[in-house]
Amino acid sequence: MYGAGMAKGLLVTMKNFVKPDRMFTVQYPDRKVSPTELAKMSGVGVFTFMRKNPKTAFKAMTGQMTVPARLKQHPRFRGEEFTWYEQRCTGCASCAKYCPLGIIRIVTSPSGEQVQEGQKYHLDVFDIDIGRCMFCGLCVEACPYDALHMGSGFEEGKYRRKDLVVTVDRLKSQPKHPSTWFRPQIQGKEGYHPHGEKDVTWQEAGRHEQPSRKHQEEKWAKR
Amino acid sequence: MEGQAVKAGFDFLGIYGFFDGLMPESLDWLAFLVAGFILAFAIINALVVSTAVYTWFERRALGKFQSRLGPNRWGPFGLLQPIADVVKFMSKEDTVPDGADRQVFTLAPIVFVATGFLVFALIPLGSNDWLSRLNIGLVFIIAVTSVNTLAIFMAGWSSRNKYAMFGAMRGVAMLISYEVPMALAIAAVALASQSLSTYTVVTNQEVPFMLVMPLAFFIFVAAASAEMSRTPFDLIESESELGSGYHTEYSGMKFALFQLAEFMAPIIVSCIVATLFLSGWRGWGPIPGQVWFILKALVVLCALLWFRATWPRLRVDQIMEFAWKGLFPLSLLNLFAVATEIQLLRDPVTGALTDSDMWAMAAINWAITGIVFLAVSRMFARKQLQRPLPKPSPLANMGAEAE
Ligand code: SF4
Ligand code: SF4
Repeated sequence: MYGAGMAKGLLVTMKNFVKPDRMFTVQYPDRKVSPTELAKMSGVGVFTFMRKNPKTAFKAMTGQMTVPARLKQHPRFRGEEFTWYEQRCTGCASCAKYCPLGIIRIVTSPSGEQVQEGQKYHLDVFDIDIGRCMFCGLCVEACPYDALHMGSGFEEGKYRRKDLVVTVDRLKSQPKHPSTWFRPQIQGKEGYHPHGEKDVTWQEAGRHEQPSRKHQEEKWAKR
Repeated sequence: MEGQAVKAGFDFLGIYGFFDGLMPESLDWLAFLVAGFILAFAIINALVVSTAVYTWFERRALGKFQSRLGPNRWGPFGLLQPIADVVKFMSKEDTVPDGADRQVFTLAPIVFVATGFLVFALIPLGSNDWLSRLNIGLVFIIAVTSVNTLAIFMAGWSSRNKYAMFGAMRGVAMLISYEVPMALAIAAVALASQSLSTYTVVTNQEVPFMLVMPLAFFIFVAAASAEMSRTPFDLIESESELGSGYHTEYSGMKFALFQLAEFMAPIIVSCIVATLFLSGWRGWGPIPGQVWFILKALVVLCALLWFRATWPRLRVDQIMEFAWKGLFPLSLLNLFAVATEIQLLRDPVTGALTDSDMWAMAAINWAITGIVFLAVSRMFARKQLQRPLPKPSPLANMGAEAE
């Protein structure tokens, strides 16, 4: 019957109205919670929850309680900050050479602590200007020692362009949450989560162990 | 108000009686004026506040209907959103485009809002709650609601912007077309209630006219939702083609006035529908009439919101076709049917219609409505949209001719 489609459309919107689970919206950075949900989170019944913390329950009922919320993120997401492991990096500057935009600036000095001269350099400057970076990931692909990884963060809004430069100090100090992009070995690691509490250590991040000092001495110094 | 015993009570007449009692007999007119001003003030404020609440409600409900959230950040459930909106509107710069007609540009939103308030004066909220019992109320409503066509045209013309002008021209064409079926539907109501006054329409409405003449109800709701230019009929301000139609150039408080009028329109329309077709304040039981009236208006409001959330916008030609080829003949048919039934059924001496007459009319009219709907649906189904064959381009055979 011609015109029945209009009634069908009305039914569809009515279904949307009565069924809350048809909601598409993903809220970020937090979302409002109902008392039922809060009670479920703390693992007690609704009424017990309401009796124990009436203030929170009231706030939740009037729609004022929020909990952090974000979209589930794929581990191979190429995020903004880079994750870099000082222990693995030799200062070869392959990453700087491969970057199509030339935005990685590396200044090295002899580290003096290595078995053989030139095996590893100390990184004085390691600036990545992510204001111009296009997140192609070529620097990560180029790194022969699995020292540089894409990160999994994305909240990098800044007020000044110069704050967008990731410096060596920041690379050293920031929590290590590497993305598994081009580094499939991390994905297999137990308990890996792109935004987890746990940092990925430098031993876990690489494909192979670094040779021990003893091994190195045997191989290079005693020849 | 003469001829009516002023009962004490918290209604409009009660308030008038209170002021009347305060003043000596010779100052009756002053009491009338004071009470009138107070009531008008109260009505306008109530209307504006309920519009503010309605903007929140509409956006929340629209979100739910379309499986998204709607405003939810500011205040519990986003309830304070209207306040935030108003603060934003007030803090915006009030720009007038170069070469615009300043006076008309400023006047347009005011005219647009004022018509809405004017209509509300005629709507009886309860048996003793009315500002005016104008004996040509229905005509007044039709006349005043068509003034906003003028306001739209003023806005579009004065802002000297092509898209505003397009929007206004479309708006004028559409609003004028839809006024015809709307007036004819109201005419059927006037015939059946044997009065042109909104108050008498309600008092004579023993059986809700929605049951007595469903066709008129359908036509009125369709035409009225076109009159308030909301989504199935919102080509006046279709964002995809026209910026935002006639109010493209408006900003700040002037734009806020347009928004106010636009969100007030559904409230007014639902009040009119409740008065004309759902028997106004009449109800059963001890519940006061005002509550009945508000309930009925709310139901209509929600239904209009539901339609708005569901149906997509029609094209210009489809809208005109729907008005002139669909609603106009239907409203004529409805008027003819109602008039014939009244002529046959009414008391030959007094001309009054009893309850049973009304029910008989309802039965006949429901049958007519069913048949008409089936027929129209089949008619449209037969001339299903057929794609025209692609015309060969005049340039297609140029090469062949040259050889
Ligand atoms: S990801 Fe950025 S820093 Fe790395 S190579 Fe690409 S552009 Fe250069
Ligand atoms: S991060 Fe990798 S490629 Fe860059 S200097 Fe260090 S070891 Fe070389």
